[in-house]
Order: sequence, then structure tokens, then C-alpha cells
Amino acid sequence: MASSELEQEEIRPPQPPGFLQWIRENLFSSIFNSVLTVVLLPVVVFIIYQVLVWVLFQANWKAVTQFPLLYTVGQYPRDQLWRVGFIFSGMILMLGISWGRWGGLLRSITLAAGGLLLVVAILPVQHAELTLNMRLYLVSNIALALVGYLIGKKIPIKSYLIFAAWFLIPIIGVILLAGFESSTLIPPVQTTQWGGLLVTFLLAAGGIVLSFPLGVALAFGRRSSLPVVSAFSTVFIEVIRGVPLVTILFMFSIILALFLPAESRIDRLVRALMAVTVFSAAYSAENVRGGLQSVPLGQIEAAKALGMSNFKTTIFIVLPQALRAVLPAIVGQFISLFKDTTLVVIIGINDFLGIGRSIINSDPEFVQLRTEVYLFMALVYWIFSYLMSLASRRIESAMGVESNL
Amino acid sequence: MALQTPQKTETTAIPFYRDERVLQIAAQIISAVLIFILLYWAVVNFLRAAEARNMTLSFGFLKEAAGFPISNPPIEYDPSMSFARAFLVGLANTLIVSGAGVVTATILGTLIALARLSSNWLMSRIALAFIEFHRNIPLLVLLFIWYFVVFSFVPPIKDSLVWPGPIFINKRGIYLSWPRLTETGPVFLIALGIGIVVAIAAFSILRKKRQETGKKTYFMPVSIGLVVISFVVGWFLAGGSPFWIDTPSLKGFNFQGGMRLTPEFAGMYLSLSLYTAAFIAEVVRGGIQAVSKGQIEAARALGLNQFQVVSLVVMPQALRIIIPPMISQYLNLTKNSSLALAIGFQEVFAVGKIAINQAGRAVPVFALIMATYLSLSLLTSFILNIYNRRIQFVVR
Amino acid sequence: MTKRLIPVFALLIVLVLVLSACGGGAAPEGQTVVETVVVTVEVPAEGGEPAAAAPAEGGILARVLDRGYVVCGGRTDLAGFGMLDENGRNVGFDIDFCRAVAAAVFNDPEAVEVVPLTAADRGPALQTAEVDILSRNVTWTSSRDAQWGNFTTIMFYDGQGFMIRKDSGITSTDEFDGATVCVTSGTTTEQNLSDFFRQNGMEYEAVIFEESAAVYGAYEDARCDITTSDKSQLASVRSGFADPDAHIILDITISKEPLTPAVPHGDDTWFDIVKVVSYALINAEELGITQANVEDMKSSDNINVLRLLGEEGDWGYTDLGLEPDALANAIAAVGNYGEIYDRYMGPNGISFTLPRGPNNLWTNGGLIYAPPIK
Repeated sequence: MASSELEQEEIRPPQPPGFLQWIRENLFSSIFNSVLTVVLLPVVVFIIYQVLVWVLFQANWKAVTQFPLLYTVGQYPRDQLWRVGFIFSGMILMLGISWGRWGGLLRSITLAAGGLLLVVAILPVQHAELTLNMRLYLVSNIALALVGYLIGKKIPIKSYLIFAAWFLIPIIGVILLAGFESSTLIPPVQTTQWGGLLVTFLLAAGGIVLSFPLGVALAFGRRSSLPVVSAFSTVFIEVIRGVPLVTILFMFSIILALFLPAESRIDRLVRALMAVTVFSAAYSAENVRGGLQSVPLGQIEAAKALGMSNFKTTIFIVLPQALRAVLPAIVGQFISLFKDTTLVVIIGINDFLGIGRSIINSDPEFVQLRTEVYLFMALVYWIFSYLMSLASRRIESAMGVESNL
Repeated sequence: MALQTPQKTETTAIPFYRDERVLQIAAQIISAVLIFILLYWAVVNFLRAAEARNMTLSFGFLKEAAGFPISNPPIEYDPSMSFARAFLVGLANTLIVSGAGVVTATILGTLIALARLSSNWLMSRIALAFIEFHRNIPLLVLLFIWYFVVFSFVPPIKDSLVWPGPIFINKRGIYLSWPRLTETGPVFLIALGIGIVVAIAAFSILRKKRQETGKKTYFMPVSIGLVVISFVVGWFLAGGSPFWIDTPSLKGFNFQGGMRLTPEFAGMYLSLSLYTAAFIAEVVRGGIQAVSKGQIEAARALGLNQFQVVSLVVMPQALRIIIPPMISQYLNLTKNSSLALAIGFQEVFAVGKIAINQAGRAVPVFALIMATYLSLSLLTSFILNIYNRRIQFVVR
Repeated sequence: MTKRLIPVFALLIVLVLVLSACGGGAAPEGQTVVETVVVTVEVPAEGGEPAAAAPAEGGILARVLDRGYVVCGGRTDLAGFGMLDENGRNVGFDIDFCRAVAAAVFNDPEAVEVVPLTAADRGPALQTAEVDILSRNVTWTSSRDAQWGNFTTIMFYDGQGFMIRKDSGITSTDEFDGATVCVTSGTTTEQNLSDFFRQNGMEYEAVIFEESAAVYGAYEDARCDITTSDKSQLASVRSGFADPDAHIILDITISKEPLTPAVPHGDDTWFDIVKVVSYALINAEELGITQANVEDMKSSDNINVLRLLGEEGDWGYTDLGLEPDALANAIAAVGNYGEIYDRYMGPNGISFTLPRGPNNLWTNGGLIYAPPIK
């Protein structure tokens, strides 16, 4: 469905041609093309038909529909769900505000999210986890998105404030989810209880937020004139880039404990996050380094001539240009980070994929239903990462940078 | 005036903490000390922990019997052999699946890129759907789908699908009829090998001559002819066909003979190839589209035919753009092969993980795994970078 | 670039070698440097004894009490033993044992954090004392006992068996030559399988997965002729098959699999506490104390019952630093051994039905036997 948007954009000529003319030009322009069309069309139709029949009539979606909460929040205590809801609502509000402020793709995303919430809220089925309160909560989020839209539309908020708010949400979110030691209102919740999509998003967002500064630091380190620093950065980057993510996850989950003082324990989720961050930082560093190299020397000389210090030159002259040049590469890196978070299953963390596998394994009956579960997981991952890549393309064209790919 | 003032301040009052040279040296020392302390701290901790837990850090256990089976080892292996041997089996599996994956992904990726550029809307859309599907789902999920979903629709061994070849497809794998060398087969291969070497030499010499003198030297027909001649000569020397076709047939529990691809290998190989092909397709498409239309038109105007336009004008320019990202795709593919443990294909990482479980030597085994991947990556990028340097423009 | 890397690597290697060479000898001298730098990283250990090198220098119980909950190494992906219920709560035979310990120490069965561990993780997690108890259907073997930690009481007697399709016509293991076998990796199962075929001089093809669901999925998909695992697991899996009667579990048992919770090396008190809880669960079944009647039993006239419930005498609680009614709390929280078993594997069990067999009390002809509580 999302791809039809793309199609429309690409095939929109100045004067829309007639339907038949379009078919002639695009499907039957030569003999070879006509043959190709005649062969391909029935195959495509047949495949789509088969898939539809299977999805609608043959598949048993019980293992998917029975545990919506497990898939979204994992083992998070059910009496503390309001915290997750609070963060979710915060994001919906911000989404609304951003839509009001910028429109464009954000509009489609907000509307799609709102539509999805509405559909779930009025689903005419009896479900243990879809209580009246839950339905009301879902509907109220739609209202929240609209409120956000009006705020964004009417009140001229500085865009950096909106960016800052987006940036703060995951940080506040983590603090709220973790809770406080001595509080009865928000008691601590161990991270082993977190799971599902919640953990997938946390790892991806956390990895993105944390790895970026580290990557920039490493990139400067590698270009540094201090031999020790540049050697250390170079070795670090090349070693991390030379090995698969699973080995790094494995190192942080098992080997790291052996290198730390005997009594220190690092939370398992934090260890996974560290691994993801370190891995992603090495790749970001190489991207940023490419950007740094693309900044013409004249720019730096000009800045020096104006009397700017080294530090100021770097922050205000070099870095902005470098980052702009490599933005597409960085966004691509983040999308692959989102997909790579699935590997934490291998070290026993119940992210979205991990919860799916736990569900399959929790009941001998569900082993039969793994086809449905895996396809469902594929669909969810696909939607999110497709949205991200769509967004990145919009950003690219808005900033006038061309992607290398 | 305006010039003098800053000079004055500079020469008179530079405190040592603002002197760039002093700062440089200080930063050097501080960074060196910090890194040294960090390493020292980690090593001391580690040695202390190792001592406290009686962990041996030697690689001596590699000689002990492994004791665990490996499914379908590509080189001879049984559980009574050593850990080192088991590790080698894993390495062989990694190399096989990455090698096959690289070749397939490159061919497939190029074809998809061409399909994407096709003027047929349907074709181009199908290619786009393929690319978007594979680029936006995690490889691990793709692996599960291929292995647990697609392969579950394959018939059991008694009702094997039979494709022409014959190729048998069933739950136990894909069985291909496979040419094998007869006893005199090596003679044929040697003759063919010599022929190819001579042909390549003739090709480069004659082409050089053509480039220098401008005379027609027919380098292409000559070299092809040489290969054909050596083929025929080899065939006669071998006394008939140098190959016999090994056809699989059902015996007992399983098919015997032929070339067998296990479902684990096939699942890993297919997912890796398809996943990487989607990325390669985008790389190739970007490379081809980057060649400016003017170049192609100019080449046509010079009277080059379609083949010459593509091979002499488009490809050399596109390759310069394609090769660097292609190298990183190949490296990714090799590293991604480490996910195979999820579907029971036993490459280096899977074998290492079992060894950690069975022998309990986490650190040495882990060091071995890291070293293996690192040297694979460095080796691949080293070789490919040499190639890359050869085809790039020389910047003066 | 690669050229420039070589001296750097060489330098690093030399550095590490030098460090490791003096690391052992110069420990007291290096200590001061290390300590000053990493104060923030180190968890504030009691007293700050520099010699406290071992991970478990007595401190596990103290750490558990200080923390306020028990960290239990378990799993979320094995029906019957460690899984998630639909509210995401950890349940299962192994998990309930952890809850019993938590109830004994804190009088709260929810004072447990279940850390899901993979098969590769569990050894190191116990060695580094990351978990206080490892209760993740671990087979007790001598090498694991030596390397990983202290094994407590055998909670489940299992043995490895084979499951085959009925229509294959095979009735005994003698006909296994050339078969394809599905098996989980990194477990004793895998080794037993290879030993079995080697001893009987038969060939086989192994198909090896990390995850048990993958193994059984592949078996049911006819990827393999045979699957092998602990018999309890085979029974559980068969019950979930589309047609359970099409598969048979052969009578032969090729190994001993005593599934046993373990604790890290080094803290004897903690070791004793975990053991006494397991004794209590077993003795409670013998004495007829159940989750429901535990309060009533406190006024029983059986002196052994009164001792176990802490009403009379000292079953060792003063030395272990527990409350007198700690064991009563454990039983009130999860029930006795038989109740835990039946909850998951009994006739109306949540997961599947498996006859008690060797896991019956010794008084009923089984192997479950525990020292008396007195």
C-alpha cells in the first residue's frame, strides 16, 4: 500500500496520459516487452491469489492474535502498563505536533497510526486484553494526535524544540520504565521484564542516540594528529567492522563479565545496548570520516583566517558540512541498526523476535503455527523499516543531498 | 596597525597552557596514559578472574576430542576428532556458503538491477518489490521464513519433486545430478587448463598489439579458438568423456549419490544471496545510472554498436562507482553468514558456540572466532582493494 | 592503510603481553593505580578488601538480602519447565523452584528476577555469579560441577530417549543405521547421541539446532527420521503434534539426565539454603502438607510436620539466618513437590501430561528422596 504512493510520484507526468496510452507505453512498448508482460502478469496474479487465499482462509492466526501485550511490551508488569502508555501517548502527541509543523510524510504516518488505533479500538471481537479501558485509551490517543496537530499548526514552536522533545522522549521513557528504588508510585521494574517491540525500539533508539556521538569522536580520533589516539581509533574501528555483530553481542554478554572487577554486574539489556552501540559507532565513524574528508580545505583555512579557534572551526564549519554530506549514509546505517537488533535473540534477550520465539515454544500447539508468527514478525519489521527508508528519502530530497545508492 | 596588534599579543603573552606545541605533547601523553591504564585495568581484572575461577587460557584443549557431531561436514569429521578439526569444519562451511553466496548475489543483483531499469513497467515493479521486501526485513527473520516456512511446503522424501536434470527436491535437501571426473578426467582438465592460460596470454598480447598499432588482430576469435582446441584435444587424450553423471537415487532412509544441498545449507545460501542481491541491485543500478547519457550518445555517434557501448563505455565507468560499495556488501555477506546457527547450519560461529558449551573454554574459543572473522575480512578487503585500485582513475 | 595497521597491531600485542607478564607479579603495586581510576565503575563492595578476588567470597546471600530479590537463571522457551504465561509472567517447574527459594528468604514468591539464559550463557552466568540460582533444566555432570558451580538436589530424573514415526516401521534402535536425527546443540543430548551411535557402530546424519522448537518442527516436518531428547521433553512435544498417535517414543533410555538447580561456587550458606528449600518441598509431599492446608497443618499433631513448618525445634534456620516459618512460606507460595509437578505435567497440567515415573516419591517406588528436615 505504501509503495503505491511512490509509484504515483514517479509516474506522474505533467499531463496525465490516458489509461490505455499508459498501458501501451509501459507494458507493450516493444515486442519483447509485450511478451514479458504476457508471461509475467498471470504469474503475479497467481502468486497474489495464492497468498491471499492462505492468509484469509488457511492460516491460523491464533498465536499472533492471542497475545498482543506480549508482543508489544513483553513481560512488563501488567499493573504498570500505564508507564508504557504514557510514553506512547507522548510520542503520539509529538507526532501530531510534528505533523502540524511540517506536514508531508508525517501526515501520512500520523493518519496511518491513527487509523490503526481506531481499527484496533473498535474491533468487534471479544478479547481478554482488549478491555473497554484499553479501547478508550486507544481512541483517546487519536484525539491526542489531533490536539498535537492543532498545537503544531497554530503555535509557532521552534523546530529545535521539537527535535529536543523527540530526543528527550526515549531518555525520559527509560527512566520512567525503570522506575525508582524507593518509590511506591513507580516501583522499579527489572529490565529482564521488558520485552517485545518495546525492547526492539529501545535498543534501536538507544543505539542510534548513543552511537552517533561515539562515532563522531572516533572519526575525529582516526584523523587526529596524535599517533596514540589515531592508532587506537583505527584499530577499534577496523576490528569492530571486521567481525559480525553476533560476536560482539556475545563478547558483551559473556566475555565482558570476565574483564570487569569480580563483583560488578552490568544489566543484560545494558550489555546488549553497549554491544549495539559500539558496533554501530564503528560504522558511523567511517561514514562521518568520509564526510570530514569531503569538506574542502579552503573552508578550514578561511575559518582560521577569520580568527576562529580549532574547536570553533570544527564545530561550526567542518562538522555541519560533513554531516550534511553523509546524512543519507547515516540514515541507512540507522535503518540497518534497527534490523540488526533482532540478533539480540541469540544472547537470550526477549525482543520482538525473541518474544515470538518464546510464544512458539511456550505451547507445543504453537510449534505448528510458527509460519504465521514468523510472517507476522516479518511484516512488522518491514513496515517500520520501510517507513524509515521512506522518511530518509524525503529528508534527502528536502536537504538537496543525493544518496549514493 | 590592524596587523600589529594581534602579533603583539601573540609574542608577548602565550601562557604555556595555550601553547599549541605544549598542548599537543600533553594530549599525546595523557591519551597514551589513559589508554594504557584502560588496557592494564582490563588485563589485570581478567587475569585475577581467570585465576580465581581456574580458567585455563591455553589453547591446549584444541587437541582434545570434540565429542559433538556436526551435520554434513564438508571435510571428513567425526566426533572422535579434535576441537581443532571441528573448528576447521566450521571454517570450511563459512567459506563455502560465503563463496557461493557472493557469486550468486552478484549475478542475481545485476539481473535485478537490469530488471529494475527495464522499460517494462511490470518487470520494473517486480524488481522493486523484490528489492524493497529484502532490504526492509531483518536477515534473521528472512532466514526463519526460508527455512521454517518455505521449506515446510517441500514434500517429504517419499514424494520427492523431480525436476529435469534430474533434480530431486524433498525435505532432506536438494539432490542434483552432478558431473564427476572419470579416472582419466584429470588429463582433460590439465589440457583445458593449458589451453586457457595460452588463450589469455594470446588475448592480452594481441589486444596490446591492436591498441598500439591499430591493426586488426582478431584477439577475441583467436583466444576462443585456442580454448576450443584445447577442449577437443583434452577430450581425445582422456579417451572419451572425462565426466560421468552421478545421479541420485533413493536407497534406505535417504538418497545416495549426486550432489546434495542440505536444507540448512540451501536456506542459508538462498537467504544470504537474496538478501545481499537486493543491496547489490541498488548498488549496480546507482552505478549504471551515474554514467551520463551524453557518454552513451557520444559513443553511439562514434559508431560503436550496442555491445561495444556497454562493454567499453558504460561498464568501465559504472564499475568505478560500483566496486567500493560492492566490497562492503561482500564483507557484510561473509559476516552475516554467522547467523547460520539459527537454522542449524554449522559454520565457525555455531561450532565455536558449541565448543564453548562443551569444553567451557569461553575466552580462547572466542579469541579464535574473532581472529578468524577478522582475518577473513582483512584478507577479502585487501584483495578487493587491489582490484579496486587498478580500475580507478589515476588522480594526478 | 593495511600497511599502517601492522605496526599498530604489533604494538598492541606487545603491550598486552608486557602487561600480562607483570600483571601477576605486580598485583599489589598495580592495585593502587587501578583502584583510583575505576572507583566509579566498581560496585561498592563491602569493606573494600583488595584480596576479594573470587566472585563468590561468601557474599551471595549478603548480596541477595541486600538486593531484596533472588536472581534466577532460567528460560522462557521450554514448555513445562520455563515459559511465559499469557500475562508475560514467568512460570514453569524450574521457575517455581526459584519462587520457593524467594518465598523462603523474603516471604514473597514474586521477589524473583528471572534472567533468560541461552544454553551457551548458562555456564558463564553461573561462574561469574551473575545469577544466584541456575534453574534451567541443567543436567548435573561432574565436569559442570567442577567448572560452573555447586549442584544442589536433583529435582527431576530424566533420561534421553528417541521418538520416531510409527509408519517408519522401526521398532528398535538396531534399525537406526543411516538414519537422520534431529538434536539440540550445546547440550549433553548431542554428546549422548554421538556416543550411542559410535558404540553401536552405526552411521547417522545429525541435524543440529540451537532451539528445541526448531528441532521438533524439523522432525515433524519429516526433515529427520528420529528425534532425540530428554523423555519428558519428547512427551511434551508429542502431545502438541497434530497427530500424537503417529509417533512413538521408544522404550530405551540411553543416558541419565538428573536435572538439578545449581548455585555459584563459594557461598556455603546460600548453597545450604537452596538445598533445604528443595528438601522441604519433597518432605512436604511425603508429609501431606500442601499449599492449601499449610496453615492448618501448623496445628498438626505430627512432630515432623511441626518441625518443617517451624513450629517446634530448629531445622537449622538460626544458622542459615532465616525465619522459622521460611519453609512454610515456600510451601504456601508454590505448593509441595508433587503440586508443582502436577501443575505443569500432571493429568490436568498446564503444559502436558507426563506420568511421574522415576519422579515419584521413594515411598511410591520413585527416586525422589530428600534428607529429613530436623
